[in-house]
Amino acid sequence: MVELVSRPYARAFEAYATQYPYEILCLSADLTSSCEIDGFRDRHPEQFLSLGMAEQNMMSFAGGLGLAGYRPFVHTFGVFMYRRPYDQLMASIAYPRRKVRLMGFLPGVTTPGGMTHQSIEDISVMRSIPNMTILECGDATEVESICEAADSIDGPVWCRVLRGSVPRLFDTPIRVGEIRVLSEGADVLVVTSGICTEEAMRARAAFAKAGLSIRHLHLHTIKPFDASALLDHIHSVTHGVVTLENHVTEGGIGSLAAEVMADAGVGKRLMRLGLRDTYAHGGSRPYLMRYYGLDALALVKGIESLLGEEFDITEDDLDAARVDDVHSLVKAEAL
Amino acid sequence: MRNERSTEEIALGIRRRVFEHSIRNNGGYLSQACSAAEQLAWLYNEELHLGAPTLPLIPGPFAGVPALGNDAYRTGAGYNGPAEPEFDRLFIAPAHYALVAYATLIEVGRMAPEGLEMFNKDGSSVEMIGAEHSPGMEVHNGTLGIGLSTAAGLAWGRKRRGEPGRTWVFMSDGEVQEGQIWEAIAAAAYHRIDNLYAIMDVNRQQCDGAMSSVMDVGDIKAKIEQFGGVAVRVDAHKLDQIREAARTPHRGKPLIILANSSPFRGMPSLQLRFPGLHYVRFKSEEERSSMNKEIARSLRVDPVAYEGTH
Repeated sequence: MVELVSRPYARAFEAYATQYPYEILCLSADLTSSCEIDGFRDRHPEQFLSLGMAEQNMMSFAGGLGLAGYRPFVHTFGVFMYRRPYDQLMASIAYPRRKVRLMGFLPGVTTPGGMTHQSIEDISVMRSIPNMTILECGDATEVESICEAADSIDGPVWCRVLRGSVPRLFDTPIRVGEIRVLSEGADVLVVTSGICTEEAMRARAAFAKAGLSIRHLHLHTIKPFDASALLDHIHSVTHGVVTLENHVTEGGIGSLAAEVMADAGVGKRLMRLGLRDTYAHGGSRPYLMRYYGLDALALVKGIESLLGEEFDITEDDLDAARVDDVHSLVKAEAL
Repeated sequence: MRNERSTEEIALGIRRRVFEHSIRNNGGYLSQACSAAEQLAWLYNEELHLGAPTLPLIPGPFAGVPALGNDAYRTGAGYNGPAEPEFDRLFIAPAHYALVAYATLIEVGRMAPEGLEMFNKDGSSVEMIGAEHSPGMEVHNGTLGIGLSTAAGLAWGRKRRGEPGRTWVFMSDGEVQEGQIWEAIAAAAYHRIDNLYAIMDVNRQQCDGAMSSVMDVGDIKAKIEQFGGVAVRVDAHKLDQIREAARTPHRGKPLIILANSSPFRGMPSLQLRFPGLHYVRFKSEEERSSMNKEIARSLRVDPVAYEGTH
């Protein structure tokens, strides 16, 4: 059974930010407890700035703080940090390379809030912004290390952060730019990020039973990206590549893999799994991941399709999905 | 740094330079010089506490955009002096006033006249819409409405460190159609950012024409006060009123001077172009020639000898 860590961001941010009381500021846009910084606000008010539901101002304001030499950590749901204030993100933060750390909570379908709350195309947007770095958490250890990782970047950083009850899958912190190699098989390369990595890990035993050798990579650093490392892994497998992401298949890690393969003239097949040119809607995370094909079973079907072969893997063969206590204080669905 | 010349002389010099440039280039942001000359002249010649320029009087060429590894990159803020704690900072929020701002830098001795010759030329840093790297600019403001928020962040950060220098924004009234302006005023008031100052060129014009014909914004002063700021109305062409307004007590609140201006001030023949004042491009050689003579007379200079004139 996977260890579940309760509210890792709350502790990690406080521990990190308090080391730099003169440089780091905590900004919030009326989602302070929702982003797990309410304790920080209460204990360190001198480092906390409440900017209300006014994201356009907040982004330019953060740019001004960056100009003044601060390193603001901006907290809100990811979707609110780029859709409405995109112009401000571009002109006030990205262009001038301000050291603003954009902590985007509730990535993709991790919220039941539906279209208005689900950041399903943020990676695509951020990948196309010059000067932007993109990090994504896939487990509690990465949540615990994302503040330090983001703050090591000389420029703006977009972070997809997980909150609430988060599984611990890794025992080493994020090292920016590195790819996590989770298994070193030789048949198919599986590339995942964020919450989809846990899904791919659930299918690991079933694939082994089916005699399929999977090479599994987890990406916490999406931009900048070391294409040569990925190419080495692609060359190490016989068949092809399957990507799985909590994001639309356009512009995310599936597109990233496609670009790397096309640029290098790699003649292997690629199967991109994720939200396929569609919005999601409101619902629980397991429901949405099943409905939109982001879970372990979707990965199994994707690999079967890639190989043109069926492995008779069913839901029962996959490791048990975590069942979060929906009544707990740390439930991931709380808005 | 104080200029030896009077602010009135500098304002006249700004109008003359922008006029000369616009006639020679068959168009330009003429009306903005009419409305804003006194405001920018007053800021640079009297009000702002600035150090000596740190960049060459003749601007260097475009040196690339900010990017990892572009160590040659710098903003144009050096024309306003170094960013030291005691000095003021200035953002030109409507970057479309760049031509007028560059003319001001020349009039106060912070840029060489050659700088204006580079205006809007390929490969030049003296861009038509002021960029970060353009003389006198420190941030991009070409997308209207973002300047006050950036200044509020800078001002809050400076206040937290106890820096005495103020942060000033030159604004325009058209900008207040953007909701972000009101977010910025509310935030500045809530966080008591009173080292934030603005002077707004209230010329009641925007790109499509008179603001009343595009989307009237009503009583800007009352709105600013409702959002928590302090606003003072002045005649933009009466320096004593501007000077006095800047001394208005505003403890715990940003101060915004609303400078009611005439978009034809100093160049009355521009009235013939109303309401197309945002960017004056002459429609015919006849118009160019007659504007050349009439505005020159108003500004008490000789008409500009441009290519093709006889």
